[in-house]
Amino acid sequence: MNLTLRIWRQQGPQDKGRMVSYQVTDVSPDMSFLEMLDVLNERLILEGEEPVAFDHDCREGICGACSMVINGTPHGPQKMTTTCQLHMRTFSDGDTIDIEPWRAKAFPVIKDLVVNRGAFDKIIQAGGYISAPTGSAPEAHATPVPKADADAAFEAAECIGCGACVAACPNGSAMLFTAAKITHLGLMPQGQPERDSRVLDMVAAHDEAGFGGCTNAGECTPACPKGIPLATIGRLNRDFLAASRKRSGETATAG
Amino acid sequence: MHDNSDLFITGEPIADTKAPDGPIETRWERRRFSAKLVNPANKRKMTVIVVGTGLAGGSAAATLGELGYRVKSYCYQDSPRRAHSIAAQGGINAAKNYRNDGDSVYRLFYDTVKGGDFRARESNVHRLAEVSVNIIDQAVAQGVPFAREYGGLLDTRSFGGTQVSRTFYARGQTGQQLLLGAYQALERQIAAGNVEMNARHEMLELIIVDGRARGIVVRDMVTGEITTEFADAVVLASGGYGNVFFLSTNAKGCNVTASWRAHRKGALFANPCYTQIHPTCIPVSGDHQSKLTLMSESLRNDGRVWVPKKAGDTRAPGDIPEDERDYYLERIYPAFGNLVPRDIASRAAKNVCDEGRGVGPGGLGVYLDFADAIRRLGRAAVEAKYGNLFEMYERITGENPYDVPMRIYPAVHYTMGGLWVDYDLQSTIPGLFVIGEANFSDHGANRLGASALMQGLADGYFVLPNTIGDYLAAGPFEKLDESHPDAAAARAQVEERVSKLLSINGDRTVDSFHRELGRIMWEYCGMERTDAGLRKAIELIRGLRDEFWQRVKVPGRGEELNQNLEKAGRVADFFELAELMCVDALHRTESCGGHFRAESQSADGEAERDDENFSYVAAWEFTGTGERPVLHREDLNFEYVHPTQRSYK
Repeated sequence: MNLTLRIWRQQGPQDKGRMVSYQVTDVSPDMSFLEMLDVLNERLILEGEEPVAFDHDCREGICGACSMVINGTPHGPQKMTTTCQLHMRTFSDGDTIDIEPWRAKAFPVIKDLVVNRGAFDKIIQAGGYISAPTGSAPEAHATPVPKADADAAFEAAECIGCGACVAACPNGSAMLFTAAKITHLGLMPQGQPERDSRVLDMVAAHDEAGFGGCTNAGECTPACPKGIPLATIGRLNRDFLAASRKRSGETATAG
Repeated sequence: MHDNSDLFITGEPIADTKAPDGPIETRWERRRFSAKLVNPANKRKMTVIVVGTGLAGGSAAATLGELGYRVKSYCYQDSPRRAHSIAAQGGINAAKNYRNDGDSVYRLFYDTVKGGDFRARESNVHRLAEVSVNIIDQAVAQGVPFAREYGGLLDTRSFGGTQVSRTFYARGQTGQQLLLGAYQALERQIAAGNVEMNARHEMLELIIVDGRARGIVVRDMVTGEITTEFADAVVLASGGYGNVFFLSTNAKGCNVTASWRAHRKGALFANPCYTQIHPTCIPVSGDHQSKLTLMSESLRNDGRVWVPKKAGDTRAPGDIPEDERDYYLERIYPAFGNLVPRDIASRAAKNVCDEGRGVGPGGLGVYLDFADAIRRLGRAAVEAKYGNLFEMYERITGENPYDVPMRIYPAVHYTMGGLWVDYDLQSTIPGLFVIGEANFSDHGANRLGASALMQGLADGYFVLPNTIGDYLAAGPFEKLDESHPDAAAARAQVEERVSKLLSINGDRTVDSFHRELGRIMWEYCGMERTDAGLRKAIELIRGLRDEFWQRVKVPGRGEELNQNLEKAGRVADFFELAELMCVDALHRTESCGGHFRAESQSADGEAERDDENFSYVAAWEFTGTGERPVLHREDLNFEYVHPTQRSYK
């Protein structure tokens, strides 16, 4: 099939950036979206033009590197699918496809479709862990974990840190990302000792990184390639309130 | 044996001088005791560079930070959480014997030595089996959400044909969950100021001063700035080199550059030809293919592998009656059937396709059929077990495996070879340690399923942090800065190479060279290797490498994000590695594990090992691009597990 691509081109952080149109021909429906961009890039290189820069690595939907907004939707039209797993059979001959980077204040553009997601690491640094220095662990079976808790924790732990939730959110909030980690660790008995400090510190780091507040717009979960449930945010809010009361005797609101 | 003296020089043998002797179950404990310790106050004065943030590098950097060392960590990804360990699906082995099914440290040791086709060191493998139990404890303490039973205890499964249930797992995302555990521990150390993290940085050279590894040259992949970084020791945890084949299950960025640069500076490279070809991957769909996707091996527990009996049968699978199908694994290996080890399943698939009985585009595929399982267990049970894998398959191929059999074909998955290390995981360059897939140490000629995660974490959490102290006890070493002549020279080499790549401005893209190199390797140094084929491959690789340096076109500048420049540097190193892989494969005229030499097989087509002549590690010394490498042999001794020919019939 033949397609028209309109791709965001931006030389560097200082450049203003613009949409540029490209024609691609003979696209096979079996190609992945990124393979289609590979074909375009091979042609651009030989024509003496700069290829389009984009983040990608595992190309099997788990590393979380790929990050593009396709026709206005993070990772494109297919639900529960990262861009690298999106295949061209989802599109039709003659389509025009808009391709843009994640757009959020906390994710500045580095070049073309590549953004800086270092703010996610900052949120994890603030408390997205259980302090268990190597060698200090008790026997694994010392603490049974109810299967339902373990399964729910796993569901939240599936987050791949891609940032689609932020790109989808009208406020540029990373509350789903933050809540996924709060939920994962908060459901495990091993995560209890640091549960209060974790939620307070991670939310503070979230706000400091320039992410917007959560207003329950609900755009994040549908955009999430792993389907992290919206309920995790409710859980974060409950933990946040409880921890805030304990810490200061006052009430506060999350994000 | 053939005379291959035109291709390599035989040098002095090499020995692992750190390997303890005595009863095998006490060796690790005695080595930990004999290793010198570093005074806690001194640890703060010492810097360790760790390259790579996968299971091995991430866990090592976190643990070294916890111990009080100053750590500088580097990864090419935009976050340490994205290292390719994230993609490991199946599970992690540990000799917990929670099932009371006869497992033990000794049995895991035994299975791993045997599974590696008697080409790994007994001492290392035993240590790996011992440490395996600590890994599970560690991961659980970090909150890794392993699969659990209704009673709240950990679930395990049998994996890759083992007869005990020792594989711990987190659905099909065990690698992801274990990596996030290590990543979170690492982020905690970053926040504590013990680890300095440098994401989007690529190591392009090793700095050696007075015979010791003292630093690296890195390129900031965003600004293009090239800097020299110093430390008292350097740890490479930069993964495997499967991407030399272009198409593999590795991430697109996986590369050999860190290892290869160290090899060029004197670190020996061991057993480069040992490549694991995984039998259950989604076949290539066309010339645009950029990578291959693994379908978990667990599918072989219920799926039946078959091809049509007749060559060139183009009927749809449903139109081929039962008696015209060849369930070839069940036919040839009645005892193990569809569960034969990876190397055997892969080669069998290649053989039926070579006979013209392959299915799908280009005849490069075999069916993995769940119709019987669906009849026996019901669709719901199959969905509960494999639903996510079936969805993944459908997303990629557009075919529904509940209705039509899956098509699978082998793909390059893991490389057992890597930089040579001693028992302390130190390379032949003092101060240069190598961990995880980047070293060669524990899997011999074939890695068993669920053993890669175990080895990466064993090295990073428990082995290296104990052994590196023995080296660092002699430090801290002389302070260095960028003006040191050896550092300046290393940096100049990198700058020169970058500008060379940018200046050729030819008429072929980096990818076009990489694809062609991959085709050569797959054809001649893939599942089946021959003397004539490997010689041809070496000739082709040399020609293509020369062409690369004449005709490659790398657009853009060095002082910016330039993904083609990154790729070009990696492909240049793959060319050199590819030649060494072929030389290694050529010299090893036996078949063992993932290395199958057509000349060394039994009358019924099974691999024949040659213990008399090849019971050694081949450690290669670099002498120059296109020059003959020097072979150093490390003899392997088996005191506990006595070599036998593997049989799965």
